[in-house]
Amino acid sequence: MTATETTHSTTTHSAPQPMPHADGMPPKLLVDGLSKQYGQVTALEPTQLAVEKGEFLTLLGPSGSGKTTLLQLVCGLVDRSSGRLFIDGVDQSDTPVHQRDIGLVFQHYALFPHLTVAENVAFPLKMRGCAPGELGRRVKDALDMVHLGHLADRFPRALSGGQQQRVALARCFVYQPSIILMDEPLGALDKKLRDHMQIEIKRLHRETGTTIIYVTHDQEEALAMSDRICLMNHARIEQIGAPHDIYMRPRTAFAADFIGISNIFRGEFVHGDGRPRLSTPHGLFVLPEAVTASGKGGALVVRPEHLRVGAGAANSITGTVTEVVYAGSETRVIADLGAGTQAILRLWPGEPVPRLGEPVTAGWDADNAAFVP
Amino acid sequence: MTMALSLPAASPRTWRPSPLWLAVPGFLLLVVFFAFPVARLLVLSVQDTETGAFSLASFARIATTDVYIRVLGITFKIAGYTALFSLLLGYPLAYWLARMPDAMRGRMLIFVMVPFWTSYLVKTFAFMLLLGRTGVVNEILVGSGVVSQPLALINNELGVMIGMVHAMVPLAVMTMLPVMAGIDRRLVQAAQTLGASPAHAFWLVYFKLSLPGVAAAGLLVFISSLGFFIVPAFLGGRRETMLAQLIITQVQELLNWSFAGALAAMMLVAALVSCWVYDRVFGLSTVTGQGSDGKEATGRLRLAGLAVLHGLAGASALLAAPVQRLFGARAGRAMLPAVSGAVIVFLVAPTLIVIPIAFTTSQFLEFPPPGYGLRWFETYFSSPLWVSATIRSFLVAGATAVAATIIGGLAALALARSNSRWNGAIFAFFLAPMIVPRIVIAVGLFYLFAQLGLVASDLGLVIGHTVLAIPFTLVTIAAVLKSYDTRLDQAAATLGANRLRTLFLITVPLVKGGLIAAFLFAFITSFDELTIAIFVSGGVKTTLPKQMWDDMILQLNPTLAAVSVVVFVIVTALLLVAERFRRSP
Repeated sequence: MTATETTHSTTTHSAPQPMPHADGMPPKLLVDGLSKQYGQVTALEPTQLAVEKGEFLTLLGPSGSGKTTLLQLVCGLVDRSSGRLFIDGVDQSDTPVHQRDIGLVFQHYALFPHLTVAENVAFPLKMRGCAPGELGRRVKDALDMVHLGHLADRFPRALSGGQQQRVALARCFVYQPSIILMDEPLGALDKKLRDHMQIEIKRLHRETGTTIIYVTHDQEEALAMSDRICLMNHARIEQIGAPHDIYMRPRTAFAADFIGISNIFRGEFVHGDGRPRLSTPHGLFVLPEAVTASGKGGALVVRPEHLRVGAGAANSITGTVTEVVYAGSETRVIADLGAGTQAILRLWPGEPVPRLGEPVTAGWDADNAAFVP
Repeated sequence: MTMALSLPAASPRTWRPSPLWLAVPGFLLLVVFFAFPVARLLVLSVQDTETGAFSLASFARIATTDVYIRVLGITFKIAGYTALFSLLLGYPLAYWLARMPDAMRGRMLIFVMVPFWTSYLVKTFAFMLLLGRTGVVNEILVGSGVVSQPLALINNELGVMIGMVHAMVPLAVMTMLPVMAGIDRRLVQAAQTLGASPAHAFWLVYFKLSLPGVAAAGLLVFISSLGFFIVPAFLGGRRETMLAQLIITQVQELLNWSFAGALAAMMLVAALVSCWVYDRVFGLSTVTGQGSDGKEATGRLRLAGLAVLHGLAGASALLAAPVQRLFGARAGRAMLPAVSGAVIVFLVAPTLIVIPIAFTTSQFLEFPPPGYGLRWFETYFSSPLWVSATIRSFLVAGATAVAATIIGGLAALALARSNSRWNGAIFAFFLAPMIVPRIVIAVGLFYLFAQLGLVASDLGLVIGHTVLAIPFTLVTIAAVLKSYDTRLDQAAATLGANRLRTLFLITVPLVKGGLIAAFLFAFITSFDELTIAIFVSGGVKTTLPKQMWDDMILQLNPTLAAVSVVVFVIVTALLLVAERFRRSP
């Protein structure tokens, strides 16, 4: 799950040139040093990114992290400041938007209000000079694929948000672009519909085998949908990896903090017998095995589900219960550790719930934590 | 990240033309046929007529001749009073309209739009019929025995003020309305929940927030009034002669370009100084509806302003209490609609008086007509002079509308697509023909056309009218493009449409309503236009407004009423169609 996943995931931390794929094929999409400056403002620092054919890659990050800029550079809606873009190994840096073999699903759908649903879906086919008979068949297929065949003659404004979203998907999938970009396509939908559309998009991805680059700021969505997540922050790539990899092995405090809930303990290295340890205001903690303690120190990241109530684990903390949050499938306990730090731990079903104000002790196995510089 | 520094500095982009190139046709047209002739006129004002040497003789003549000083004074006085009264009448009406639900406001706005676009000649003609010595009002007053002698209602200052205010209230309302409609009504409610009386809430919150609109309306009315000549020529006496009339006399009868230039320069400077003062206080962007940056005066000036508003609020709260007690709360609420209704009657009714008179069987302009028939319409349509003038007006207006819509539309597209820091300046330049008094543009164009041999040519008329119509088309199309979602164009591009196909398949169909409205506004602008026509359409090649003007100067006759009705009906019909398209694209 770990080493193989990261072989072709070139980040800004590693070598500038992407490694060729094992079978010698160029990656589907190669972003080679693309960057964007708006005057003094850097919207995207020079970025390396390779996406494989058929992959579902998510660009995840807070607003202003550069993910939408990267998306717009890839489809050509924004002029780049530097770098090159390759699709199937062919330089497409200067190809105008309408000639790139790329589909884009917009955040607010961008359906043409003066065209019917069918006419919207037919638009890209007409632009490509598709014959009338084939056009009709493909429009019908595309609408059936998103279960909207019965609404073909409606205008977009007569449709609900979820239906408009499906039309936007059909309009993009109908001409079978080999890369589809999606810019927060579910951002305007409510939670229930969003969950449903996530599954729909995964199904379309599986059925068509197309390559999808998906932008979102919702980390749950990213974890649920992606083959790989490209985490962005401050106009650059923070970390790339499979969802499980990025969740379990965040490489920076930002990555740990942005994805999931994290308890972060900062401290300095203490070298002695056995494994190196980290001295923090809340205790002396054994580091995970893989960590080589070079430099002054860093932080340990512990997920709430690895923080078990009770003594006996290799590393333990004590505090006072300040809040108990019932979240349906789980119960979270927030404990004050003193020195302005809080810890969040997760209770397993059946475990006794501590009361407010009670002292609590919790611990974790050394290898269940991640170390970040 | 060090590799960022080693990348080639040169931009790898392929060269793409800036969208601002789309504004070039309009820019060139305005430079050649607006900026250059106006500047030329200003240069003429400081040149000796004979030798062309630098000379301030014309200005010296103005400064030392009593009559010119007096005309200047009168012009500023009339323009100032017109602005004041237009605001006083326009504010309640605009306030009333702003409080209406959108659909309702759209319908009621017709009562402002129709008078706004109705030809000044028709409106003035109507007031001559209404207020003249043997006019409708005097007939009624004398006939009912209220007065024994007809009252002198026109050919004096009263007549000019009635005509001017009537002409300018619609402009004032239409300038104030967007600002007022943009004020968040909840702010007034919030003020009241915080303990403000209705009077305090109005003056301290609503009125304060509406001030930029009020000032913009005052500015536009003042500047427009400076260049007026139709109303004072027909409704004023000799003591109400205004600057524009002097300029016409200097050019048409005396051919004294230097002196006409000097007079025009003074008018232009007055207009520009007003704009400058306004810009310093409020920021010009409120005039064009581009969203003000909320310029706030600072320090003592601001505190003094607030103190005045507090005073006003206190006074009206004091006043409101006994009025409420006397007439009840319901009467208080009925005040605003009553006042607004009265203003609307004042705007609409006078023009309607022309209609029965046009159908008179009498030789004279008497009211009520002794009988009704189509006699004068027959006279109109069988007169080669009137018919050819009408046809010429239609052709010129059609050509103007096509040219102004294309040029203004391209400029609007350029400004919408570009985020250059020059946008503001370009926008202001395109609107300048609306700010610079028409008479100044007209005289400048006349001088240029005389050299180019374009006087008395249809092409000259079309060029002149296009210059005047471009601000209207630009503003109308810019408004629809502003609410246009450019992501639709991006979507079309990602779906495989090139720029041209995107423009014609996506953009144009979606802004069609705005384009048609712009076309019709430009058409009406040209169809109604007199100032340029007075100079440029000489001899037999006259337009409808020019023919009306000539007839009105010579002798009032019932044919004029018939022509007025035709013009009024055509313009109103076009306007209603334009409004329909503007609202529902």
